[in-house]
Amino acid sequence: MRTPSLRTLSVATVLAFGFSLSLVFFYAPIEVDQGFLQKIFYLHVPLAIVALCGFVIGGLLAIAHLRTGDQRWDLRSYVAIHMSLIFGVGVLLTGSIWARASWGHWWVWDEPTLVSFLIVFLLYATYSPLRFAIEDPERQARYASVFAIVAGAFVPMNFIAVRLSASYVHPRVLGSTSNLPGPMALTFLVSLGAMALLFATLCSYELAAKRTRILLKSRSRILGYQ
Amino acid sequence: MSRTVGALLRKELLVELRTLESVPGMALFAVTTFVVFHFALNQSTVSGQEAAGILWVTLLFAAMLGVNRLFVADADQGGFDGFLLAPVDRNAMLIAKALALLCYLVVLELVAVPAFGLLLLGPSLGQALPGLLAPLALTDLGLAAIGTLVAALAVRTRARDLLGPLLALPLLVPVVIGGARSSSELLAATHPGGLQARWLLTLGLYDLVFGLIAYAVFDFLLED
Repeated sequence: MRTPSLRTLSVATVLAFGFSLSLVFFYAPIEVDQGFLQKIFYLHVPLAIVALCGFVIGGLLAIAHLRTGDQRWDLRSYVAIHMSLIFGVGVLLTGSIWARASWGHWWVWDEPTLVSFLIVFLLYATYSPLRFAIEDPERQARYASVFAIVAGAFVPMNFIAVRLSASYVHPRVLGSTSNLPGPMALTFLVSLGAMALLFATLCSYELAAKRTRILLKSRSRILGYQ
Repeated sequence: MSRTVGALLRKELLVELRTLESVPGMALFAVTTFVVFHFALNQSTVSGQEAAGILWVTLLFAAMLGVNRLFVADADQGGFDGFLLAPVDRNAMLIAKALALLCYLVVLELVAVPAFGLLLLGPSLGQALPGLLAPLALTDLGLAAIGTLVAALAVRTRARDLLGPLLALPLLVPVVIGGARSSSELLAATHPGGLQARWLLTLGLYDLVFGLIAYAVFDFLLED
């Protein structure tokens, strides 16, 4: 399997992002209730979907690692989770801004999606501390994979539990794509695609950097430095 | 398998009986926490959702003490090595440790729930107690499954005392939601209601899923 080069991926991401942003600002209609601020929806929701998918993908890659014992799967799982965590910061920030703009508070406890995302984020925030508190590289990979699998299964369970716990659900402005008018749905899907592409590109960059670092270390050891 | 589990469980309980390292500490911690809650909230009695929340949070934190100590002796004194040398199913250790933790939690609750009724709870405990049994039992199962998994994950890291609770608390949020919500109406001051079956179902499902996950991945935590 030939993976696209970093340059191709970067160019495609820039183009896709340009296209999706121009759709967001010039094509998608202004929402009646919330006005211009609703446009953060095209950033926030794709970020959240991509981050959650990234967490689950990290779990699936970890399963591949434990089944095969191949360390490369662990590296991929680590990169997916690390990048999702960074996207997660973006989700919480944009979510807070949106909540402030539309409900007047920086944080609302009765929005189950936001709360479950926070819990998932807090759990994954312990991934790096756990991973780097183990010195032996082989055990580090194995324990991190076990964590990634458990946490990956936790993501959907947690969303169910928190959604049940909200006694009444906030009137959802734009809950799912099914009740979006056509131009908005199109813009949303393009934004989602662009965000997924951005995630893939950033992951490829991080993977390339990690692999190069491993290669350099092994070369310098062969040459007898340090 | 069941003989191995039996032998391991007997060893766990024997060690606990002789050293008394976990359970008395957990029980004392729970009672002290009720006192702290009394002063922090500045209330002599609590009821309803508040009471359920205090009870469940206290049980959760007291359980954390037991979780943190669960594998320490095995990691520090060669218990893992001894177990790995024996030709037995490794999941026996998970089951035995989870059962031991379950026993600790039951003893903890035998002390903590009456103490809660005595010190803080406004409505009488006698009426609510039969209804509390189911959510407490399901909470214990969830705590035992997730606690054992997290304890095994954290015990061989550098900062195990810190990582254990950090890993366990987010994973246990759904257990607290289920336990505290299902019993809030039982503990209400006026017109105590019944249990909420929806919550018990969620709790049971959560326990089942994480029990199975722990069973599936535990093997990899011992592999060396």
